[in-house]
Order: sequence, then structure tokens, then C-alpha cells
Amino acid sequence: MSDVYILGTDMIRFGRFPDRTVPQIGAESALLALDDAGLTIQDMQALYCGNLFQANAMVGQRILQEIGQTGVAVVNTSNACATGATAFREAWMAIKAGVYDLVLAVGVEQMGKGLIGGTGAGKGIPKEGLLGSGTMPAVFAEAGMEHASKYGTTFEQFAKISVKNHHHSTLNPKAMYQKETPLEDVMNAEMIAYPNTKLMCSVNVDGSAAAVLASEKKAKELGLGRAVRVRASMLTSDPWQERDLVMPDVNSCTRNAAKAAYEMAGVGPKDVNLVELHDCFATAEMLHYENLGLCGDGEAGMMIDEGHTALGGKIPVNVSGGLLSKGHPLGATGIANIYEVSTHLRGEAGKRQVEGAKIGLTHVIGLGSACAIHVLEKAN
Amino acid sequence: MAENGKAAGPLPVVPYLKLPEGGQPYLEGHKCGACGTIFIGARATCSKCGARDKMSATKLADKGNLYTFSIVYRSFPGIDVPYVSAIVDLENGGTVKGNLINIEPDPAKIKFGMPVEVVYQDALGRKDKDGNSYISYFFQPQGA
Ligand SMILES: [Zn+2]
Repeated sequence: MSDVYILGTDMIRFGRFPDRTVPQIGAESALLALDDAGLTIQDMQALYCGNLFQANAMVGQRILQEIGQTGVAVVNTSNACATGATAFREAWMAIKAGVYDLVLAVGVEQMGKGLIGGTGAGKGIPKEGLLGSGTMPAVFAEAGMEHASKYGTTFEQFAKISVKNHHHSTLNPKAMYQKETPLEDVMNAEMIAYPNTKLMCSVNVDGSAAAVLASEKKAKELGLGRAVRVRASMLTSDPWQERDLVMPDVNSCTRNAAKAAYEMAGVGPKDVNLVELHDCFATAEMLHYENLGLCGDGEAGMMIDEGHTALGGKIPVNVSGGLLSKGHPLGATGIANIYEVSTHLRGEAGKRQVEGAKIGLTHVIGLGSACAIHVLEKAN
Repeated sequence: MAENGKAAGPLPVVPYLKLPEGGQPYLEGHKCGACGTIFIGARATCSKCGARDKMSATKLADKGNLYTFSIVYRSFPGIDVPYVSAIVDLENGGTVKGNLINIEPDPAKIKFGMPVEVVYQDALGRKDKDGNSYISYFFQPQGA
């Protein structure tokens, strides 16, 4: 079966843009990705648009109203934090199915500040702080503490993940923050939900990212020069687990998606040169080292202690700065990490370049749950 | 219930907390007759095995073990912090989330697997718009 290629991809620097609209923010990265591909909106046969907070407001069509109303098919996706990756995957599937040769995928989000989750009172009285916590920092803290219970993982080890990703972000001009956070700063920052301090929580920012996808035929016709080949695209939901009614499970859906993605790509974790994974909280990144097979079960703490996942290490993870420091505009995140990995495969990542990167993996989790994984490869 | 929505006595905080008249409060699970899985909350179909109409209500145990937790320091306005958000595996099945009380909110004092019991108390003084008060469930260390 023929492959799908990324011909152009870009993102805007993440930040806070309260004076701009969601379609304006999305349009900016769409145009950047088209420019990167050397193509125009008139060349695009469909648009797949990921956005969560305005899921009922036709964001994709409104982006075309900003950059060119060509009348093509527009599909708007919403899949929690896997929203952008789901839009990308729908674009990939349409090309894979032979329906289109050139499509655009955009992910965009405008976020408020503050806590996410745990607000729904439902009937009666508010349950937050009465029946435990439904806030995201606490939910992911509980998932991290499950790992601590099994393997003795420490607060300090979780904090080191944040130190690493903040360090990486100092090398990424598109990251929201570009500031070193030494271990004692991370550990002494305001405790949000033990063991996640404020510096161990992802940053709520506005942002967008986009990609132009092409069929193999079209990509070869236009030239594979800087193209990136999509070796695998996988989407899973959470299979039944005994505690998942009270404890959203981000592990099984990631393990299932990883296994299937490696199989589809015909590669294993050892063949992967860099990973952008869903570090919505420092505790989450720890779990995904094992879930993605980057190490054996119980070895994640050692991975961070030994520096294996830092730039220059065995398998660099989140060299963009990750959600923890680059920022996490929910609907944009899935395509932003595809942009990051593609940039390394193209050898264009500047100071944070993972030298000689040939294969990279992207991973996002939408709680509830949706897991999307893409395996990307340098095309030539 | 009176017309203005005010009940005669306190209401259960969630539908799976049962307050039998003249009896002890308890948590109710629903058990799949095909595969034995216990769910919190009523349902018609088992999401583990897919069996339909095999669910029956079952009284859950008042004792269990702490599976995992977080100590919550930042919450929404009006919510007292810190508190311990705990996930507890009940004896004989069922996993429930709630506040762990009568323990210091200190990670060194809270032990994974520690035995806890379910206790039933007023829902921290919270009332609904009709002025109803509520009974909630909490966990505390066994013998606290
Ligand atoms: Zn069943």
C-alpha cells in the first residue's frame, strides 16, 4: 500500500493571545505550513481541523474564511488532548483511502488560565474536594503514585523530568517558556497535587500547528526533498480496566497504540531516535517511558536518573520542551509534536537537533481516553 | 420530597450511597452475572464482557485498602486544602474514590495498601440550592 508524506509543517510560537480569535490563530500556522510545503490553499483538497473548546463552532470553515474559501470538504475533530493528532490521522486516512492527494491538517486552541477538570457539579452539591479530586493535576498525580507504589519512584525522580524538559525548552525559540528550572526550584515550587508542583504541570497557552499531507504519487511528483514519511498512525481508546471508573487509565491505551504502531511501522522502540510524548504532568512522562517500550517496566526512574531521555542521551524525549514548558494548547498539541519530530528528521532543529535522527515517534493522550501515536521517518 | 425541593432529611451525595431507613448507610455496586465484575453505579450492560441485563445490585464492603492517592493543595475557591484524594480497593470488589480523613496529609504518613474503612458523615456542610444537606462517604485508617 502506498505511503503518506508530510510535505510541509509548522507551528506558531505558543503564547497567550487574548485579542485574537481561534480561527486567526489557526490560520497563521496553516499559512506557515503551506509556505513550508511551497503550496497554496488552492492546492488543498480538504481540511481537517482539530479544536476542543469551540468544538461546536466550525473552526475549520472559519479558518478557510481567513485564508481562502475554496469550498473543499472540512472536517472538525474533537478528542480531548488527542484532538490535533486525530485531525492529522483523519487527513492521513483520507489519503490512505485514495480519496485525496493533498490535504491540510490544523490544530488550534485558545485556553483560559487555571485548573482543568473537576468543575462539574452535576446534580446536588459540588463533589470536588468531597469525593477526592477530579482536577487534572490530582488525577495524574494519582497515576504517578500508582507507579511509586509499584516501583518506589520518588518525588525527586518525577521532578527531574520537569528539570529536563524546561532545559530542553531553552533551546526552542517556539516554546512558551525558555527558562532553566533547577531541581530545587521544581521541588520547592507551589505544591498543586502531590507529587506534582506547579513547575511539574503543563502550561495553558494558546497556539496552533499545521501540516500538509500528500499521497506518495503527489509527493514524488513534487519532490521528496524535505518530505517526512508517515510510517504508522494509530488511535486507540481505553480498554476495560478494573479501576477505570474512578481512575482514568492512560497506560493501557498507550501500550495498545504503541504495540500496533510499531507493528505497522515495522520498527521497534530501539529503532526510534527521538520521542515527543504527552507530558501533561511530570508524573505522566514517567509512565510513558514504559508504556512506549523505551525501557522495561519499573525502569523509568532509572531512565531519568541516568539522563537517557535528555538531549544527547540514548533516546531523547521531549526535546521541544514538551507540554511542561513549550506549552499545551490542547487541540494544537498533537500536530505540534508532529512538527517537532519532523523538524529533527529534516535536520533543521538548530541547537536542539537530535543528531542523525531518522525515525521519531509522537504520542498524545486525551483523557477519557484517546491515545494517538505516529511514527515518522526521514523520506530520503 | 416537598414541593420546594426540600427533603425531610439529608440526601445521599451520590446515587450509589444508600441510606436505608433505620439502617446503616452503605455503598452499592452492580455486579455482572456473567463475568463477576463490580461496577459503581447502576448500568444495564457490562463494559468488560458486554453481557446485557445481567447486572444486580450488591452491597459493597465497608473496608478496603488504599491503592493510590494525591495530596491536593490547589483546588477551586471555597474548597478547603490540603486534603487527600484517595482511591480505595474495597474488600470483595469495587474501587471507589474519596477523601481520606483523620490522617496527616503527609506522604510519609500515608502508606500504599494501608487498611482503611468507609465512614459516613455530613458532606462538609455543603448544601444544594434548596437548602438540603447531604451525607457523604469518607475513608479513614482502620481503627482511627
Ligand atoms: Zn461482565
